[in-house]
Amino acid sequence: MENIIIAENVEFSYPADPESGEEAALILKDVSMTIKKGEFVAVLGHNGSGKSTIAKHFNAILTPNKGKVYSNGIDTSDESKLFDIRQHIGMVFQNPDNQIVATIVEEDVAFALENMGVPQKEMRERVDDALRSVNMYEYKDHSPSQLSGGQKQRVAIAGIIAMRPDCIVMDEPTAMLDPNGRKEVMKTIKKLNKDFGITIVLITHYMDEAALADRIIVMDSGNIVTEGVPKDIFSQVEKMKSLGLDVPQVTELMYMLGKDGLPSDTHIINVDECVDALMKLLDR
Amino acid sequence: MLKDITIGQYFPGNSAVHRLDPRFKIIITAVFIVSLFCADNFLGLIISCVFMLISFLISKIPLKLMMKSIKPIVPIIIFTTVLNLFFLDGVTLFKLGFLKITYEGVRTSIFMIIRIIALIMGSSLLTYTTSPITLTDAIERLMSPLAKIHLPVHELAMMMTIALRFIPTLIEETDKIMSAQKARGADMESGNLMQRAKALTPILIPLFVSAFRRAEELALAMECRCYHGGEGRTRLKELRSTAADYTALGLSFVFLDAVILMNIIFG
Repeated sequence: MENIIIAENVEFSYPADPESGEEAALILKDVSMTIKKGEFVAVLGHNGSGKSTIAKHFNAILTPNKGKVYSNGIDTSDESKLFDIRQHIGMVFQNPDNQIVATIVEEDVAFALENMGVPQKEMRERVDDALRSVNMYEYKDHSPSQLSGGQKQRVAIAGIIAMRPDCIVMDEPTAMLDPNGRKEVMKTIKKLNKDFGITIVLITHYMDEAALADRIIVMDSGNIVTEGVPKDIFSQVEKMKSLGLDVPQVTELMYMLGKDGLPSDTHIINVDECVDALMKLLDR
Repeated sequence: MLKDITIGQYFPGNSAVHRLDPRFKIIITAVFIVSLFCADNFLGLIISCVFMLISFLISKIPLKLMMKSIKPIVPIIIFTTVLNLFFLDGVTLFKLGFLKITYEGVRTSIFMIIRIIALIMGSSLLTYTTSPITLTDAIERLMSPLAKIHLPVHELAMMMTIALRFIPTLIEETDKIMSAQKARGADMESGNLMQRAKALTPILIPLFVSAFRRAEELALAMECRCYHGGEGRTRLKELRSTAADYTALGLSFVFLDAVILMNIIFG
């Protein structure tokens, strides 16, 4: 499979602030990763681990001090290709309120297309398609202020989908939502990945969301600590805890049962598997 | 409490006036205002008012709503009336002490009252039948020739759109901050004007900080969506002028001509 994002030995720090005398802290030390086309990758890490910073490198919001990032085969430090990159690598942020530009849902979804100079007829089609793919078509004439958090975030996602990107980078898209909104958004993300083949990079600190991914990358203080399929990552319960991260509740349950001497498997990351395992234990 | 504030005064509807191209509506309103101020006799004034009243009837805007928009200017009307009524020289009709009412005074007063009310009604008709967003859009298109002399027309329109978009968000935020500060014992309802103004500081500072943070995030999100100013931009909804728009504009000029004609005949 083709690689859509390649980061090679990325080092990054924000410039030092001469006024406060604050020194430039190294936020990314030496990060290398590749993301394959069509993959669903979750990036985990506690606050300050650099997970949001690396995400901003993917669509050339930030460029590395050292090392290289290639998005869709284009070097992100090439400023002439900036809009090319951003069109193919979309980005969704945490707070839906701060991403919506227009006062009407459909006009907001059209915003990126208007910027790209897409002809009107095609724009109409792409806006409607984008709204349908996040199940917000009925709300196209609404004002964003009338919508719930989850709905607003779906509108923000539609605004990105309208660009028809190959990859969407999501920076904690569910952090400000209630459980219902979170469910809606996660369902949408899964659908985009499975049905439309859009590559998803999900930055999150919800372990249950990360468990849905094909692959997890764990970051800590500017480095990648470990990566692998969710089952393998979460089975290392002690390592995760030492990094200040949790594991899904079911995994934790299995881990604690194991500690008490019961035969249990920490490769379990979802409720159904957990129920089966518990039933087996009880049947013994 | 703060949520009840409505932005603009758009009254949704689907009348012929609502459907007019907003650009034409702005021009027609301007033509109407010109005719209102051109008129220097009653017949001319009535003719220009008839045009506005017909549009008002077609728009199906409730009279009550229109009255509401006139209410705030009642003091101004009274003020100008008093000035005109008592301080204009001419044929004295009535005298009480040092106050005298002249024929010219009465005439000018009535004239001014009609003119001010018609002015407000005409411009309210524009804002009642056009949503703020379409209005912004129309202003951008109308001003677009000015971009040639380096006036940042697109940027101004963008600022207006973003302001409209963020007003409800910031109102909600103000509400939250006020509750939070009250919960910490902030007193905003007592004391004299100075004390109350001072009590606003703990609300304004967090509000500003958050507004700047929002601005930063919004700018980032806009950049991610390839925003690079007005250059080469297309629009989802192009404004399209129809025969009806030209007819309405033509009509407004007919009325303006009629007013000027009245001026010449009776002038």
